[in-house]
Amino acid sequence: MAINSVGREIPEVYNGKKIVPYGGPKSYKPDLMTATRPIKRNDSGKSKVVGGLRDAIVASGLKSGMTISTHHHLRNGDRLLNDLVKEIDALGIRDITIAASSVHIVHAELVPYIKKGVITGFECGVNGLIGELISKGELNCPITVRSHGGRARSIATGEVQIDVAFLAAPYCDEYGNFNGFFGPSACGTLGYAIPDAQYAKTVVAVTDNLVPYPALPIAIPQSMVDFVATVDTLGDPKKIVSSTTKLTRDPMGLQIAKYASMVIDATGYLKDGFSFQTGTGGISLAVAGHVRDMMRERKIKGSFGCGGITGFFVDMLEEGLFEGLFDVQCFDLKAVDSIGRNQKHQQMSANLYADPFNMGCLVNRLDCAILSATETDVNFNVNVNTESMGYLLHNTGGHCDVAAGAKVSIIVCPSIRGRLPMVRDAVTTVTTPGETVGVIITERGIAVNDHLPELKEELIRRRAPVKDIHQLRDEIYSITGAPKDVEFEDEVVGLIEYRDGTIIDTVRKVRA
Amino acid sequence: MADFQLRRTMLYVPGNMPSMLQNVPLFQCDAVIIDLEDAVNYAEKDAARNLVTSFLSTWKDRNKEVLVRINPLYTKWGHDDLKAILPVMPDAIRFPMCETAEMAQELDAELTKYEKANGIAEGHFKILPSIETVKSVINSYEIARASKRIYGLAFGAEDYTASMGIARTNSGEDLMHPRMQIVMAAKAAGVQAIDTVFSDVNDMDALRRETETIKRLGYTGKCLSNPRQIEIIHEVFAPKEEEVEYALKVVEAIKQANEMGTGVISLNGKMVDLPVVKRAIHTLNTAYAQGMVDAPVDEEILNGN
Repeated sequence: MAINSVGREIPEVYNGKKIVPYGGPKSYKPDLMTATRPIKRNDSGKSKVVGGLRDAIVASGLKSGMTISTHHHLRNGDRLLNDLVKEIDALGIRDITIAASSVHIVHAELVPYIKKGVITGFECGVNGLIGELISKGELNCPITVRSHGGRARSIATGEVQIDVAFLAAPYCDEYGNFNGFFGPSACGTLGYAIPDAQYAKTVVAVTDNLVPYPALPIAIPQSMVDFVATVDTLGDPKKIVSSTTKLTRDPMGLQIAKYASMVIDATGYLKDGFSFQTGTGGISLAVAGHVRDMMRERKIKGSFGCGGITGFFVDMLEEGLFEGLFDVQCFDLKAVDSIGRNQKHQQMSANLYADPFNMGCLVNRLDCAILSATETDVNFNVNVNTESMGYLLHNTGGHCDVAAGAKVSIIVCPSIRGRLPMVRDAVTTVTTPGETVGVIITERGIAVNDHLPELKEELIRRRAPVKDIHQLRDEIYSITGAPKDVEFEDEVVGLIEYRDGTIIDTVRKVRA
Repeated sequence: MADFQLRRTMLYVPGNMPSMLQNVPLFQCDAVIIDLEDAVNYAEKDAARNLVTSFLSTWKDRNKEVLVRINPLYTKWGHDDLKAILPVMPDAIRFPMCETAEMAQELDAELTKYEKANGIAEGHFKILPSIETVKSVINSYEIARASKRIYGLAFGAEDYTASMGIARTNSGEDLMHPRMQIVMAAKAAGVQAIDTVFSDVNDMDALRRETETIKRLGYTGKCLSNPRQIEIIHEVFAPKEEEVEYALKVVEAIKQANEMGTGVISLNGKMVDLPVVKRAIHTLNTAYAQGMVDAPVDEEILNGN
């Protein structure tokens, strides 16, 4: 065991791999080459359609012990991963590692296949039941949780080698060109699938919408695709782009949003060239609403909006408030529609978005970003992975990437949830290290991290309710009491990887 | 300070809802009116009284004016409400259905009795009577002058329209007369006029229009039932920048006059009257609350300090 720089105990080896403990957000760069894959040669112009899923698995040469991937652009509407694993099982293949861009609640259907030994590892984070069962020790299946940028990095460096990528392709031709813009399973950008298309040894495009050649515009080109498989449906469109992009109406949520907009204003970045990322939650959207109003009023032309894109951002683009949008994930139909027709609404790969090991990713250019939290602590650390029972229930998303990149990362979070304090002595799990977090905002006040003294001063000058983070914690504890820590056993059931591949925390088995 | 106390927003919070009470310290309103009357069902009167008492006794750093709306003294709950609430020291009692000066005096006497018995400075507890029936509108001037504790008159439109046998409309024509009469009575008596709740919490444009109207009439604040309305009301009551600039000049002139030891205040060669000075101080204190100026003005400067 080693103690990493956020004070967490980290094993030396996990699942046969040697671990590098986290030592700071920007200090680690291994001396490696990027990943390679076999050279292919295809002199035929013939169709690459091999039939259905089972035919594609056979054609891909998938064998027991290999690693597969899918992307999560279809989110909770996704059928592909579940159907794929069923077919893999039917073919008698075992010991498969899943390296999807994310596993969603809908993929709880995989649980029996984990128990059966069809799936024996996750090189990616998971949402929902699978993580809960792993936390309880009911599923024996090693798991490494990665951020969006971290996953793209791990593929680009070859730390994770994908043998076969099965990529849902909502608008695809017989020679393997595809995009996500159109068709019954349209999901917009395919940003998370691009590293897979680029580095997997074999790439299968799976479509429910085979269109005459060429499928334009091309998001992922034929030169990267080995086979095309056809299925009846990739998923349930209602659950693919289901975000309810509604501003919160909760008065406390609105207060948090108001404080967040005060912070953004006080940073001094809200001027021509402003760049901004926010999420899809009700508070985040309310912040976006304030930002929009300030930009309108002051006639500010921003440079770009970034991340998961909602209709709200699309409206801001169309109003001329931003020069462009960089989109790694479309959250609603308006975003899907926009990316299919507006060249200023740009698809971006997960590498371009957030991979720290290249010549510069997008998050480095962000001025302000709004991020949520499941828990925060007096060291400004943020947990988005484990919930109050200690179970691994959420993937990291772009959280630690964006926090590291943005000039000011702003965490918005109610001070109390279900009678539990949301600013604590120490978070259960460190997802995002405090040294990359600028500001934590609750309805009870604004805590500014020490590395932003000028922002703190400016907020005080503006009479914003600035509080020391310890004071904020004490105030919340005075209402809730100090929470009792969840009890864990020593057994490590999963790793929380930082975006650079070092290990920032572990997930331990929850004591029954 | 009573003259300049900001009461732009007086937020009703039901006394029987712990989740709302918990957030009282966090709302950005100038005053909160914790309600034991209409918001609380008959069966929950006792429970609400206990809850409110307990909440106020644990809320240490009060950061806004606290009123409790008791039940009318002629109901079987009114006196019990007072008995429970006064020990936890609200700043004022929101006094519903106050139709006559005598009713206000009855409450005044109760408060005086309690203050004397408990060594509290006489006049500590203020009264904000609700003018919410035809009769109370007609008697509003006498009510405003009934007790020194009364710092304002608060219009209540729902009961008023009921007492008139008319329906409340969005246009506000139905409320024109009582609004005028109440504001005139308040001004004549030297107290504040506080407007009624605007109940459609989803129509922020109409809220803004109504607040602009009542501000023009002379009202200095408004009651509200949803915290989402606070910001718009504050925006409407925010002084214009030129008003702030003028007020700053007036205050500067007073300071100069004080330094020179002269009682005559002049600005640009013209004499400045006392009401102008008072308005300037009020403007600057409102501007301070709105974040438009860096410091409030101490009205002591009126006394040459």
